[in-house]
Amino acid sequence: MEQKNWNLLDEALGLHNNNAKPWPLCGRFVLVEDCVDTSAAFVLHHILKRSFSSYPSSAVLFLAFCHTFSHYDRVLRKLGCNLAAQRDNGRFFFLDMLMFQCPGEGKPNYGLASVFEQIERVITVLHQEKKSISIIIDDISFLEVAANGSSDDVLNLLHYCHTLTSEYGCAFIALDHKDIYLNGDRAAVILEMEYLADILVKAEPLATGLSKDVHGQLMVLDKETQHQHGISAIKTYDFHFKIKENGIECFYPGTKI
Amino acid sequence: MAATRARVSSFSRNVSTVTSQNPGLKHGPNGTMFISSGIPDLDKILGGGFSLGSLVMVMEDEEAPHHMLLLRNFMSQGLVQKQPLLYASASRDPKRFLGTLPSPPSSKGDKSSDISHEKDIRIAWQYKKYFGEPNFNTNSGGQQDYCNDFDLRKPLDRHFFSGNNVDCVSIKDSLNLTALQDYCAGFLGKLSRNEGNISSVGRIAIQSFCSPQCKYSNEEWHMLSFVRSLKSMARSSNAVVVVTFPPSLLSPSCSLRLQHMADTLLSVRAIPDEDKELAKLLTGYQDMIGLLNVHKAARLNTQVPVILEATTFSIKLQKRRFLVLECLNQAPVDGSSGSSYGTSGGCSGSTKGGTLDF
Repeated sequence: MEQKNWNLLDEALGLHNNNAKPWPLCGRFVLVEDCVDTSAAFVLHHILKRSFSSYPSSAVLFLAFCHTFSHYDRVLRKLGCNLAAQRDNGRFFFLDMLMFQCPGEGKPNYGLASVFEQIERVITVLHQEKKSISIIIDDISFLEVAANGSSDDVLNLLHYCHTLTSEYGCAFIALDHKDIYLNGDRAAVILEMEYLADILVKAEPLATGLSKDVHGQLMVLDKETQHQHGISAIKTYDFHFKIKENGIECFYPGTKI
Repeated sequence: MAATRARVSSFSRNVSTVTSQNPGLKHGPNGTMFISSGIPDLDKILGGGFSLGSLVMVMEDEEAPHHMLLLRNFMSQGLVQKQPLLYASASRDPKRFLGTLPSPPSSKGDKSSDISHEKDIRIAWQYKKYFGEPNFNTNSGGQQDYCNDFDLRKPLDRHFFSGNNVDCVSIKDSLNLTALQDYCAGFLGKLSRNEGNISSVGRIAIQSFCSPQCKYSNEEWHMLSFVRSLKSMARSSNAVVVVTFPPSLLSPSCSLRLQHMADTLLSVRAIPDEDKELAKLLTGYQDMIGLLNVHKAARLNTQVPVILEATTFSIKLQKRRFLVLECLNQAPVDGSSGSSYGTSGGCSGSTKGGTLDF
């Protein structure tokens, strides 16, 4: 076992005890929320990196609505992980959804149904290879735009993806922007996702404003850490973070030197 | 060869220099390229300019046309460098807007020497030897500069925009955005990114995107999907897209969605003429014409956010001609002229005696 310096985010997501499962997020749904001031895309990068570097039997299906492959490739390369090589090894599947747009009124559901078929096809193949799979969606709000604002279609797709967590033991990780829904507009999407999520990661700017040393704060809510006596305990972690090119630095408030 | 060598190691630091083959381009960090925004100060604030392939959104002040200042300089800079331009606005005749674009100051004229003279006298004479020869002429005139100072009172020469590299589209009467989307797709298709050198870069400027005179303005999802596809198209091309929109005319969630889509997010605000309290608080209030906020700076190919020293800047006109952005400076509390201390305090009788007054 090589030495790893796990940080608070690993601990909060349960990524540090890699003896337990082939991939600790198996069967779990992680919802990541952020806002305009503080982007939480780095959480996805971090999960990607951990999945590839610490868990050799894991595979990732990535639905990119927001950034191109070359962007993620460059970001992950600086984190010490070669996405292009992983893609060639059959551990990384990148679905480029940047130009994806559901057709108009005429053929409802057609677009997203085909997306799910694509997902399922990849998952079944990977499942036969005994890989532990993560499905990552990099931006639900873009998915909504692609679906022409039809919340029902989006929720259907997300629910289907969520069923895969129990059916195949996949991990499902999605990013959404919380502040869009704060005024109650189409809040169903975020509320249902928050309800379904096993782990909720919220990124917020510091209340005192931005600073060079602290880029924001994370709150990680783990809804079912233990099932002792049938009671699921909710565990929360609060910490500050600083994003660097080669990783992130997590620390409790006030403990940064 | 140099390009491939640079890509092998991720530790090599890219030097921010103007490339020799294209003066309008600058190497940025993480393999990005910058083009100038047309405002030298804004370039400096953003670390070099607008990243190629990024979407810049400007939130308008609904009561003041300050976003036009940014847009004009952005367009002029492109035209001076002979870059293709696509301009779309809600006016009936968008071509006429080109006549209002500012021009770089003529190098032969007295203006450039004026500037350098003014800058000269600010430098104390003892330190002058450290500066060597004044090289202020890098900014004035000359079409091979990365960034020009634009004289807002002088219209751009016709020959810059009479060529066929300028497209103007009116979005006033179109029922939906498919026509504009096709225009943009065609425009960006010509600038698609391929490996190796960049032959030409383009600029798209869309003014008052969601303004109510457009017939699609109540179809928010249509507009959002247009901006989203515009962003995706820009990503794979050598172009920068600047879109200005009035956030107050949109629903808050729609405005926030647009803000999330933006790579670089700016907002402009006018400042009221006779705001006494603000005037007391800030130095140089009289010269300010507005405020610029930088909400987000583009972070392509990196996860590290750009943290700026300050996010609010004042927009000023230098000599009524040149657009400058400055950090806000808090005015010193001036005990001698401030009326609030001496006259209002009825309880302190000895104000005249002491210099310190509590």
